[in-house]
Amino acid sequence: MSATATKTVVLEILRQDTTDATPYWEKFELEYRPNMNVISALMEIRRNPINADGKLTTPVNWDMNCLEEVCGACSMVINGRPRQSCTALIDQLEQPVRLEPMRTFPVVRDLIVDRSRMFDSLKKVKAWVPIDGTYDLGEGPRMPERKRQWAYELSKCMTCGVCLEACPNVNSGSDFMGPAPLSQVRLFNAHPTGAMNKDERLNAIMGEGGLANCGNSQNCVVACPKGIPLTTSIAALNRDTTVQMFKNFFGSDHMVD
Amino acid sequence: MSKDREFYLRRLHSLLGIIPVGLFMTQHFVVNHFATRGEESFNTAAHFMESLPFRFFLEWFVIFLPLMFHAFYGLYIAFTAKNNPQRYGTFRNWMFVLQRFSGVFLVVFIAWHVFETRFQAALGAEVNFNMMADILANPFMFAFYVLGVVTATFHFANGIWSFLVSWGITQSPTSQRISTYVTIGIFLALTVVGVQALLAFV
Ligand code: HEM
Ligand code: SF4
Ligand code: FES
Repeated sequence: MSATATKTVVLEILRQDTTDATPYWEKFELEYRPNMNVISALMEIRRNPINADGKLTTPVNWDMNCLEEVCGACSMVINGRPRQSCTALIDQLEQPVRLEPMRTFPVVRDLIVDRSRMFDSLKKVKAWVPIDGTYDLGEGPRMPERKRQWAYELSKCMTCGVCLEACPNVNSGSDFMGPAPLSQVRLFNAHPTGAMNKDERLNAIMGEGGLANCGNSQNCVVACPKGIPLTTSIAALNRDTTVQMFKNFFGSDHMVD
Repeated sequence: MSKDREFYLRRLHSLLGIIPVGLFMTQHFVVNHFATRGEESFNTAAHFMESLPFRFFLEWFVIFLPLMFHAFYGLYIAFTAKNNPQRYGTFRNWMFVLQRFSGVFLVVFIAWHVFETRFQAALGAEVNFNMMADILANPFMFAFYVLGVVTATFHFANGIWSFLVSWGITQSPTSQRISTYVTIGIFLALTVVGVQALLAFV
């Protein structure tokens, strides 16, 4: 808690003007206020965009939405670790506070990244429960309450991208979709109605950039701010795809069961 | 190489690491251990292995081809990773890094070892106790072989751990922790067997 005693907050921010511009570091020194978080510090820079050299600069761009760690939009690399900036309290951070974009994703500007690849992966693995039809399909099977509670934990994923940033196998040289969409497959396959399409999801993650790219560094489960048991999900899917693989080859003409 | 086959290639890579390559390595270490019972025992054991029927078939299908597939695909896997142990210094992340480093070192070690022994045999040299004793008389070579043995046992033991995850056998954190302890035991046991055999040649 050394920051409480100091009068200023020093931030070093890796800035980038456009998608393919060269990044550069810029330093800012702000007046300390109690209970600041990284977002309120960034807002202070936006209000008064003067860097540590006393020069007028452009305000730093970042993304945010819920401000309570449920949307994932404000994720960035803070002092070397990817996390949400809305819950990163200045009092708990070592100074200078170094902010970088999550460069696993394409940088749009400054701290804003484009997480489209995650949303594309969710589409690819069909991370939803299909219920549309030409007639009313009626109620689905009931879900046991204890299973619902367990599934709720998996459903907390906010597609923030921290687990992809933490994973050594998600990078520009690989098309691995990363842990988050995989764990969503486990969630939707556990849903009693969603399970009616589980073979489609399993076959999707057995395709390009899928499950097999995991190399078990287990960084994701350490990094996930929502405490999602990502490595357990991956191991469980490894078993499900083992079974699916044999079913695909030796199985009869049935699909789901 | 079609990316759609990635899943099957990875599973094949994982399987071949244990069966046959890992089992062959264990068998190889056990046969080498005859050296601790003296020159004659080793030569008899090595000669027995050499004179197995279908030797050509066994060597290519149980050793060379599976090992080559595992090694080359392993190099591809190793070089696609962007290691980050300075960001996450956890045990598992270090094991991830070491699995890749040990794999890359094994390519060098195994290539050299095969050149010095099996390749020379193909050129007419006799592989026996004296050949190994000559090689290991050089302290640098001895150190290189000890490093090679330890790297191989580490890679195999840690590979058993990740094999169990890759096929969905160990899922829960508890089962994965216990398999860590068991594979550390396998690492230590195989290392003792391997290094004792090396010491018997000097
Ligand atoms: C010769 C050079 C070798 C290279 C370059 C190599 C490379 C690799 C790499 C990169 C992995 C990690 C795969 C992943 O996490 O997805 C791996 C796994 C493994 N390796 Fe090797 N390896 C080599 C030799 C060996 C040998 C000699 C053995 C057996 C004694 C072996 C047994 C294994 C096993 C059992 C795995 C675990 C498979 C899995 O993760 O499911 N490897 N290897
Ligand atoms: S699994 Fe966790 S770290 Fe990964 S995107 Fe979802 S919330 Fe973020
Ligand atoms: S603003 Fe939504 S998680 Fe931070």
